[in-house]
Amino acid sequence: MKINTINLAHGNGGSESKELVETFFYSAFGNSILNKSEDAALIENGKLAFTTDSFTVNPLSFAGGNIGKLAICGTCNDLAVMGAKPKYISIAFMIEEGFSFDELRQIIKSMRDELEKNDAIVVCGDTKVVPKGNVDKLFINTTGIGEIYYSGISASNLKEGMSILISRDIGAHGAVIFAAREGMELSSELKSDCASLYPQVKSIVDAGVKIVALRDATRGGVAAVLNEWASSSGITIEIDEASIPVCDEVYGICELLGFEATALANEGTFVLAVPSEDAQKALDILRKTHESSAIIGSVNGTYKGKVILKSSWGTQRFLDLPTGELLPRIC
Amino acid sequence: MSIELKNLYDDFRDAKTIKAYAKQIAKDAKELNRSIGIMEVCGGHTHTIMKYGLPQLMPANIHFIHGPGCPVCIMPKEKIDHAYTLAMQQDIILVTLGDMIKVPGSHGSLQDARAKGADVRFVYSPIDVLKIAKENPDKKVIFFAIGFETTTPMTAALLESVIKNNIKNVLFYINHVTVPEVMTTLMVDGENRPVENKIDAFLGPSHVSVITGSEIYEPFASIYKKPVVVSGFEPVDVMQSIHMILKQLLEGRSEVEVQYARAVEKGGNKRAQELINKYFEKAPLFSWRGLGKVPKSSWQLKDEFASYDAEKIYTSILPTQECQDHKLCRCGDILKGLATPTDCTVFGKLCKPNNPVGSCMVSSEGACSAYYRYGNIK
Repeated sequence: MKINTINLAHGNGGSESKELVETFFYSAFGNSILNKSEDAALIENGKLAFTTDSFTVNPLSFAGGNIGKLAICGTCNDLAVMGAKPKYISIAFMIEEGFSFDELRQIIKSMRDELEKNDAIVVCGDTKVVPKGNVDKLFINTTGIGEIYYSGISASNLKEGMSILISRDIGAHGAVIFAAREGMELSSELKSDCASLYPQVKSIVDAGVKIVALRDATRGGVAAVLNEWASSSGITIEIDEASIPVCDEVYGICELLGFEATALANEGTFVLAVPSEDAQKALDILRKTHESSAIIGSVNGTYKGKVILKSSWGTQRFLDLPTGELLPRIC
Repeated sequence: MSIELKNLYDDFRDAKTIKAYAKQIAKDAKELNRSIGIMEVCGGHTHTIMKYGLPQLMPANIHFIHGPGCPVCIMPKEKIDHAYTLAMQQDIILVTLGDMIKVPGSHGSLQDARAKGADVRFVYSPIDVLKIAKENPDKKVIFFAIGFETTTPMTAALLESVIKNNIKNVLFYINHVTVPEVMTTLMVDGENRPVENKIDAFLGPSHVSVITGSEIYEPFASIYKKPVVVSGFEPVDVMQSIHMILKQLLEGRSEVEVQYARAVEKGGNKRAQELINKYFEKAPLFSWRGLGKVPKSSWQLKDEFASYDAEKIYTSILPTQECQDHKLCRCGDILKGLATPTDCTVFGKLCKPNNPVGSCMVSSEGACSAYYRYGNIK
């Protein structure tokens, strides 16, 4: 049975998304810059980073943020994890008729707050209003240009012996959206991790840590980032499962619904690869922002292109790319 | 004192305890000194076993055989085609549980139907169907019910609520199946002749047994002389259960024992059983994907509830064509313990989780899917 239509799994950030992008977009538009498939494209001989992202999250507001905050964080973070300082942003709004001014004001306020944190400005934009039912309330696209201040970050540079770190406990954004969508009542204040990462990345660079690879673990979660690195660099990433920070609420939601926290989306969490001698220094800096940050594993060459999860009782398994329809419209 | 969710699993994933059982199992296995095949009947156990890497903790002479207990995996293509046909009707919302939406039928999966404009939704709890029905009074909401004894009472409870509240736009398509009959087909054929298999003992399902009680497994111990241990879903549960099974084998016993005593009683949940028997009766035959037709192994709505039965109401539009499984697919042998996923020539090549050829690759609880996903690292 050959599939000839797009289905929701194609938007999961995992194996189906990868297939879609490769089959359709890379084959049509491929060039030496696009084919690098980094979070942001390096242009003008590596002086600038350039990226774009669209936001369709449902619900528009959630614990810890809203679509506006997400739209600025998302694009600025894609620049930040390339070692760029976010500078110029474009915003396009696609608005369904009937959308309230108040809600729009609130969303715009969140965008301004977040732009400030990145010290970035909006330099162009576009607005479309469509008849009821043609988009769901509000979709936003943002594009950003950043100035590279730290070069050489790439998914293809990981080598055996290097250390893998995570900037905080994982899966909060995906879990919050799911809980909101399913009407689950949580007994505590779980918030999306949605945040601008530029200040944190800058502090790592300023401390003199050598950053090999850096990526914010959005759709597809930490599992997608690690798999992409393992495959791009042709190495094995070995993760000590017990060391992955997951808060009780996220763990509980995963238990109830049969997810793995490593497949849940994050919007303010990054994975970092550094030479092992820099690992402790990097961790010390990460802990200043999030106590839960951790060294979660290392690079070796046992199963090239694969990610291995080691349990605390001595067994191991592959951590695969997430597949199937996990949850649409999370960002 | 309040119990937190994590209390329900923390201790059951304790590394020290798991290692201690591994040591004990190694000792038992050495003493047994022969090859032992243990079938975990339930897909939930298959998932636990692979996710936590338990085969790596087993001595060379102890093998897991992955059984037919994944309700999504055993769903025949004909039924998927029925669901697809119903979903494509203009005035119908088809509602089902989780993984069911990605199982491919002859025309595609329910996910594909949705991409073509069908209204297909999945819910975590059947009771959510009521909300969908209320919000869409001008549509028929068909609950495509799947699952073993575990989910059957929930479907019955939904039907009870629909009748009680006089809700007119909810219909049912019932695919509920039962465990003991399919376990029997792994032991003997229709004429009661022994069937070739490598099963020495059973790891009994957790949640099914909460409903049915452990007594449904008595014949497997008394007639077929296979030890049965009803086990919980966590790694410590499974390890302890394996130890209990090996102990029975060492002592020459074949009994039904319950490791999952924190939830399972001998007679099960009577209220749930009453609910099932109030609305359902055994269907004469159910066609299990990979295993073939098994008499009296599924439920159907009783005649008096025919006006809620989508399979009867829409019978004129439902396709009747039979579908064959792929020639190279070995799911049938895998479910009998005669082959492992890696013995199959299409495994991981033609047959992958996003393009399953056979039943065991379909759901995360299927043996092939679990092997593919977690890798069978030795």
